[in-house]
Amino acid sequence: MTTPGEPPTDQRAAAVEVRSVSRVFGSGRQAGPVVALDEVDLTVAAGEFVSLIGPSGCGKSTLLRLVADLDTPTAGSITVFGRSPEQARLAHDYGIAFQQAGLLPWRTVRANVELPLGLHGTGRAERRARAEHLLELVGLADFADHFPDQLSGGMQQRVAIARAFAEEPSLLLMDEPFGALDEMTRERLQVELTRICAQTRAAVVFVTHSIPEAVFLSDRVVVMSARPGRIQQVVDVRLGAGAAREDTLRQDGAYFDAVTEVRAALHGGEPARVVGVENR
Amino acid sequence: MSAPTAGGRGTTVAREALPRVAAPVLLAGGLLVVWEVAVVTAQIPPFLLPSPRAIAGEVQAMWPTLSGAIVVTGTNALVGLVIGALVGVGAAILAGMARSVDRVLAPMVAGLAVVPIVALAPVLYTMFGAAAETARWVVAAVAAFVPVFVTTLRGLRQTRPVHRDLLRVYAATRRQVTRTLTIPTALPFVFTGLRLASSLAVISAIVAEYFGGPRTGIGSFITTAAAGSNYARAWAFVVGGVVVGLVFYGVTLALEHLVRRRTAPVVSR
Repeated sequence: MTTPGEPPTDQRAAAVEVRSVSRVFGSGRQAGPVVALDEVDLTVAAGEFVSLIGPSGCGKSTLLRLVADLDTPTAGSITVFGRSPEQARLAHDYGIAFQQAGLLPWRTVRANVELPLGLHGTGRAERRARAEHLLELVGLADFADHFPDQLSGGMQQRVAIARAFAEEPSLLLMDEPFGALDEMTRERLQVELTRICAQTRAAVVFVTHSIPEAVFLSDRVVVMSARPGRIQQVVDVRLGAGAAREDTLRQDGAYFDAVTEVRAALHGGEPARVVGVENR
Repeated sequence: MSAPTAGGRGTTVAREALPRVAAPVLLAGGLLVVWEVAVVTAQIPPFLLPSPRAIAGEVQAMWPTLSGAIVVTGTNALVGLVIGALVGVGAAILAGMARSVDRVLAPMVAGLAVVPIVALAPVLYTMFGAAAETARWVVAAVAAFVPVFVTTLRGLRQTRPVHRDLLRVYAATRRQVTRTLTIPTALPFVFTGLRLASSLAVISAIVAEYFGGPRTGIGSFITTAAAGSNYARAWAFVVGGVVVGLVFYGVTLALEHLVRRRTAPVVSR
């Protein structure tokens, strides 16, 4: 898929570089244009886990879709490993997972994980081996020949995550992948995700509306505000390397501090008056 | 996150299938008995309603003719169904690709859906010659075309945004999108249309025979027997028509189930 003049992947380049990006929706017959994103700047380093959090309408999903080349910015520029989002998409630089698992119901779990590999011409044997390994990684090796509607929502989402990792991307884009799951499943998958990320060293941009989830997973939490969508504050979460993130972290003092800080940022810089932590 | 219980499904199906099949069979048997008793005790004249036993006797006696008629009418319906389905799927694909084609075709299909196409049979017999079965194929094909076109077009528009986004992210080509997403999504709809079309094709093929053409099919023999006041025989041919209809319906229903089993829409559980 290499076209002449296409800049090669620069391993030292940031995974994602967003420069004063704006996205304005609808200026036609509607009541007026909606500014989903206004002059947003953001850099995600290679291997870094960054969460986008904010109220609905703050443009966090829009920003992710712009990076994924599912939408184009009205102004500003985005690069993914030094290339344009379109070049990055055509070069299969990133994997993606949505809030809906989005599995093809007529394919087995294994065939779903193999989907991106099959589309890009990977050989049969290699596809199979890769799918086997990935399903092992998400703990679904025994379910390879099941169909998606035979699995629970959490299991379907794990298949979707395995699929996102199929081509060993160095960047993973996730749009509320655990949003539709119950709290227990959610926490288990969070631990699993940090483990897989530590193994693959992929950078992750993770959209969520859960403060504890953002803090638990991320190196940095980007807090956004709505109308117009802007970055309010970036909270550095220093909870140690990904490998060290186990469930015990959820009782850690530093974890609570970070949760409080993100919550304060979300409420527009006012001091948080919450005593203790609402763990949701 | 419990493992799905696939085991024991076979026995459960068998246990549930028996009453499901037995109940309608018992009902039909009961109705036949009531019918027989009513005709005999009330001495209903045969031109009003022949008894089931008389009809069964005619089925047996006429079997060589009846089986031939079943084959002729069944073949006509099948040819019509296949032509109508192919044209319907093809037209739906064109309409699905280009809005302009859709805009041109939609009024025509709406027109075809309300016109009783069998009414055109006499004209078609003149057109294609009264000794040929062609007119019957045309009638059955037009009747089958409409539901196949409508359901296929709908099926082609059922792809979910999340799947489209996914294939775009994976830089899938148009052909890959068609093969991996559009066709599998549309298939259950196509087969539902086919099931609806199969009954219409059989009905149209039989009714078209009432208006002329070669005296070979079930419809022709029903009119002949009724005109000759042989009511039990007319009913025997009606039974033949029921057989053709049931076979068509059963086969297409089985096909639909086969396809739908693997393409059931994802329900979040």
